Amino acid sequence: MQRDRFAPVPETQAARDEPGLIAIRTGFGTPARLVTRYADVREVLGDAERFTNTGLPRLPMPEDGIDPRAGNLLATDPPEHTRLRRLLTGEFTVKRIRRLEPRIVEIVDDHLDAMAAAGPPADLVSAFALPVPSLVICELLGVPYDDRAEFQGRAARQVDLSLPLEERGRVAAESRTYMGELVDRARTAPGDDMLGMLVREHGDDLARSELIGIASLLLIAGHETTANMLGLGTLALLRAPEQLALVRDEPGAVAPAIEELLRFLSVVHSGIPRTVRHDTTVGDVPVAAGEVLVLSLPAANRDPAVVEHPDDLDVTRAIAPHVAFGHGVHHCLGAPLARAEMAVAFPALFRRFPTLAPGIPFEEIEFRSATIVHGLRALPVTW
Amino acid sequence: MRIQADREACIGAGNCVLAAEDVFDQDDDAVVLVLQEEPSADQVGEVRNAVAQCPSGALKLVDD
Repeated sequence: MQRDRFAPVPETQAARDEPGLIAIRTGFGTPARLVTRYADVREVLGDAERFTNTGLPRLPMPEDGIDPRAGNLLATDPPEHTRLRRLLTGEFTVKRIRRLEPRIVEIVDDHLDAMAAAGPPADLVSAFALPVPSLVICELLGVPYDDRAEFQGRAARQVDLSLPLEERGRVAAESRTYMGELVDRARTAPGDDMLGMLVREHGDDLARSELIGIASLLLIAGHETTANMLGLGTLALLRAPEQLALVRDEPGAVAPAIEELLRFLSVVHSGIPRTVRHDTTVGDVPVAAGEVLVLSLPAANRDPAVVEHPDDLDVTRAIAPHVAFGHGVHHCLGAPLARAEMAVAFPALFRRFPTLAPGIPFEEIEFRSATIVHGLRALPVTW
Repeated sequence: MRIQADREACIGAGNCVLAAEDVFDQDDDAVVLVLQEEPSADQVGEVRNAVAQCPSGALKLVDD
């Protein structure tokens, strides 16, 4: 989980070059082994039969009669996972997301207008990087954006590993109660949004707790990922002005640049640890039934076996394969949405503020530490 | 060369559509549709990328 600014810490990078799998501890304090090589990470993520998502301890949570795992796609394996995922995939096809693009453009422009009107300086995270994806996922899902102060705060606390487990459990329960109210409202009067669709088309197949689980996961995943890519990505590009100019001026450069930013930044440190189902090997390293494997996505994405000069950001390189969205059956459902948001947001930001610059020295910019998703606490900017 | 797509294994991530839009599409449930089973010579590069980026291993490129 630890970073040296954009990069994984040197110990994690070094682990990739050593044979075997090093011993670490999970966010729960339990023993695990760290998988760092690209091929090994793909092997584990790509095989849900040998490596299960269901072996993890639960957060201590108040008993409210709602199974905390219900509807949480990240805590299920096939065939249960397949059933749930298939209900949602139609909402995230490349075509469906393209239809959302005009609305994404409006949302981006509205936030840029507000930044311009308020004038410099600004915190790019709170003025742009967080609210844009937040509003997009709210509209898509059917969550009232007026409630944002509440759920943005909860989303941030749910991914904060520095908080005591009890507090994270309590926040998760609060979040479930809130989503329960929205689910009940959608069941009475289903809207045009995703909650409404799930109720209308699959209301008979989904338990209330499953609807709550699905919606809670989408809300938090829609917030904490793209928001951090936009914040970190802006900072990374501000430090590479020639690459920023390409993203700003060359429409054809945008899609490859986003893949490179995804690879280079790898905001999700490791996703859900996998538990070994029965004795097997990863690469040629034996692992025993019951062992927990933590996958370092940033280390895998900087594996010199796969990409040349992996520690350099180079938006002009031929698209390098990466596991920033994971791999296997749990590959990010919202990937097409995240890519579309970034493809609109980065060029629009740099075109609107051609003189955009960090407002404080790089050394003083605060990166998050001990969170499930990497990011910046704030990004002071001027123009 | 021919593309084989396993629609049961497909998880609808859409990476193939983004990699090779003329060759792949998705149905309403996001499951892969192969528009062109035998890619032309200048599409083979994109198709190889699509196969490599498929998270579920649903795509294969096979020699006839």
